[in-house]
Amino acid sequence: METSPATPTAARQKVQSVVIRFAGDSGDGMQLLGDQFTRNSALVGNDIATLPDFPAEIRAPAGTREGVSGFQLQFSSLDIFTPGDDVDVLVAMNPAALVKNLPALRKGGLVVVNSDSFKTGDLTKARLEKSPLEDGTLDGYRVVEAPITVTTVRAVSEHGLNAKQADRCKNFFALGMMYWLYGRSMDSTVEHVKRKFKPPFSDANLAALRAGHDYAGTVELFQAVYEVPKAELRPGKYRNITGNAALALGLVAAADRSGLQIFYGTYPITPASDILHSLAPYKHFNVATYQAEDEIAAVCAAIGASYGGALGVTGTSGPGVALKAEAIGLAVITELPLVVVDVQRGGPSTGLPTKTEQADLMQAMYGRNGEAPMAVLCARSPSDCFEVALEACRIAITYMCPVMLLSDGYVANGAEPWAVPDVADLPRFAPAFRTDPEGFEPYSRDEATLARPWAVPGTPGLEHRIGGLEKQHLTGNVSYDPANHELMCRLRAEKIARIANELPPTRVDGDDSGVLVLGWGSTWGACRTAVQARRDAGQKVGHAHLRWLNPLPKDLGEVLKRYDRVLIPEMNLGQLSKIIRAEFLVDAVPLTKIQGLPFLTREIAEAIARLA
Amino acid sequence: MSTNPVYSKKDFSSDQMVRWCPGCGDYSILAQVQTAFADLGIPREKFAVIAGIGCSSRFPYYMQTYGFHTIHGRAPAFASGLKASRPDLSVWVVTGDGDSLSIGGNHLIHLFRRNVDVNVMLFNNRIYGLTKGQYSPTSEIGKRTKSSPMGSIDAPFNPLLLAIGSGCTYVSRSVDVFTKHLQESVKKMHAHKGTSFVEIYQNCNIFNDGAWAGFTDRGARDEKVLYLEDGQPLIWGKAQRHGFVTNGFGLAVIEVNTPEDEARVLRHDVSNKVLAQALAALDHAKGDPVPVGVFYVEDRPAYDELFQAQLREASEKNGKGDLQKLLNQGDTWVVS
Ligand code: SF4
Repeated sequence: METSPATPTAARQKVQSVVIRFAGDSGDGMQLLGDQFTRNSALVGNDIATLPDFPAEIRAPAGTREGVSGFQLQFSSLDIFTPGDDVDVLVAMNPAALVKNLPALRKGGLVVVNSDSFKTGDLTKARLEKSPLEDGTLDGYRVVEAPITVTTVRAVSEHGLNAKQADRCKNFFALGMMYWLYGRSMDSTVEHVKRKFKPPFSDANLAALRAGHDYAGTVELFQAVYEVPKAELRPGKYRNITGNAALALGLVAAADRSGLQIFYGTYPITPASDILHSLAPYKHFNVATYQAEDEIAAVCAAIGASYGGALGVTGTSGPGVALKAEAIGLAVITELPLVVVDVQRGGPSTGLPTKTEQADLMQAMYGRNGEAPMAVLCARSPSDCFEVALEACRIAITYMCPVMLLSDGYVANGAEPWAVPDVADLPRFAPAFRTDPEGFEPYSRDEATLARPWAVPGTPGLEHRIGGLEKQHLTGNVSYDPANHELMCRLRAEKIARIANELPPTRVDGDDSGVLVLGWGSTWGACRTAVQARRDAGQKVGHAHLRWLNPLPKDLGEVLKRYDRVLIPEMNLGQLSKIIRAEFLVDAVPLTKIQGLPFLTREIAEAIARLA
Repeated sequence: MSTNPVYSKKDFSSDQMVRWCPGCGDYSILAQVQTAFADLGIPREKFAVIAGIGCSSRFPYYMQTYGFHTIHGRAPAFASGLKASRPDLSVWVVTGDGDSLSIGGNHLIHLFRRNVDVNVMLFNNRIYGLTKGQYSPTSEIGKRTKSSPMGSIDAPFNPLLLAIGSGCTYVSRSVDVFTKHLQESVKKMHAHKGTSFVEIYQNCNIFNDGAWAGFTDRGARDEKVLYLEDGQPLIWGKAQRHGFVTNGFGLAVIEVNTPEDEARVLRHDVSNKVLAQALAALDHAKGDPVPVGVFYVEDRPAYDELFQAQLREASEKNGKGDLQKLLNQGDTWVVS
């Protein structure tokens, strides 16, 4: 195997952390570029956190601001939890990408531009009158102009590509430049290109990669070069994983640990579709995928499969959950296991399909007709999706109930290192199907969990009927009895409440007095980093992050009382705050942000400081 | 497997009180289905009867089988998930004209398109019964109901044409009071691999009494009903004197008086889609005869078989998945 030499490290300045953002046209291959640099960073031992930023349109007109696609990565020698507040290095492939992303670049930061794409036509497409390279826009930044297009085209000339194909190699050129800047071996990308591309494209991409690397060195493009040393991660085997991929693996693990078929009924929707794409090749793991005609059919088919003794799972985003609401209510009343994955995105309605938000909490909790309590849990980071998916499946089976798993666009598409678990350490939860006709009652209950028996079609002697009409306690026959209805409503609520019996006590990091930052879901990294920063500054701050939203941990009320103030950051207009206020009569302070973007650490830290 | 149990109709009757209106056509359908199920020779626990919402959809409660009364219009979706995952079951969908052609139209056509091996019984009474008498997607134009006091202005669906057009591989029709015919229809549906569909003309004696009386009453029946039998001439009437011949792409009626006439009459062919469509398009209101029986049959792989085949193929090709290996895949590195 040929290896690409890393640049000498002698002259390298060591830095702790770098935030880099790649931005270009959605056709420029920015996600691939970002993904490659991320893998490479993980392999050299840095901790990483990423934030891809996709435009809503598949291919908005080239060169326009609407078509800009971005990918932000923080790589660090420290244990990090966010993709970073301020960008240190911005790689902009065209004027639209430059002006759209410049506000995120810290003052004095490095900006690398493709100088070949600042012609009059390019500027017009970006709705600019003057070139930002010339009008003072970039004052106060370190600017590196590189003729990326021309040099790329020259580098790949011998591979017989047409002009358009040659142009599309320029992301590899940019990648080569960045590898040089950070003194990286390019082996991981060389291997990737050989695996994923066929000649002449593989050869051309590799030529562009090497040309970028050589160019940066030869023309001494950068005044200084850097190195980010290894992070001290806990010992173990790691891989880089996105939230959607981890969630899919969690479901596969659930099939393994429960011995049940996972039946994933779904309808394509951003940003959840990648879960389907990940699961579809895992049929030999007893995972069946069913692409339904619509969101409603997707959840109904999953419930149908659960009725037959598989574990039905349906994945979607907020608009899909709205459509599935009636069927989820049926799973509540028929007390069948079901997992509903909601990868939240900006709403209402179609909203911001490619952006992140946490505004489906109330929908998850209450978005059904009648008293229809539902177990709700959430994932705090990409790798956490694995554990949460496994837990959602376990609870659905153990308690015979639907479970809502809240992820969001940020967690779903973001990536981080994941310590690969040992399968032997994962819980087993094979269900005990009812087979004994003696004394069988479809709505009798387990004493501890209140779960009803799972008696599936095909079992002799247990023929019975279930459905959406109110059930008589024990017999499950249709009942219009007023007192029975109240009893059943209370039993269904009690069953969900009892899940709290097995939840661990609330973990609080930091101080046990002063301000408590109470978060849920994907704000975890920003909360944690902000709390650290405030504690370093001498403020008394604790941090608790909820995995379970329904039921809430039993000790949460006690925990809240220990603090003078409770701050609840969330990417909505204050939904958890309302729940906490209602449940505990605590005067929680909401910190809300609803811009389709995750919190910056600074935003939370400032809010904590205000409560000092 | 051991010998199949012997059942009678009673074995398929649940202990629940049947609560349809006295005189409703659903009673007869229930009795015929129970009788037919007893004759199918498969263990009772293998039946799953899935319904949506409406008068007809109470059906599962009265069957001593596994039953699931789901939500409005979605029964085909539940049944698809169940059958794909559990191909060993005999899955039946009971639905009405409102349930499957209005709110659930999408799921019905996709069930047909996929050809899931599920049997669909559509009770067509051309009215909304459970919500007390609004016009339905099979009500005739001009129908006066509580919600259409000046007459309905909605053109109705023809359920059989919809089924054929959406790729259903077994399309048939029967009538609530044609007891033997209905029993046979049910048994034949069971025998077909792929989606089997029967439109059952059903009388709602409360809100739309006599909707089909023009050809289902004893007096009219013999004259108006064309009993379809594969390979048999398309002849009907008390005296068996009317027959269909081809006329361009359509059908024309001739008087059948001589053996030569009879020889000219078209023979039914369940594999002929064009003929099935022509027969399905006949309109009693225009004086056409009313065909009952099997209109169309097509042999194509059932969805659930293909679904299972892919699961098997993946396991054969890759072996049973090794979870630890899967988790360890990708670019990994070790921190020591
Ligand atoms: S309303 Fe009509 S269809 Fe419904 S049970 Fe009564 S008679 Fe039958």
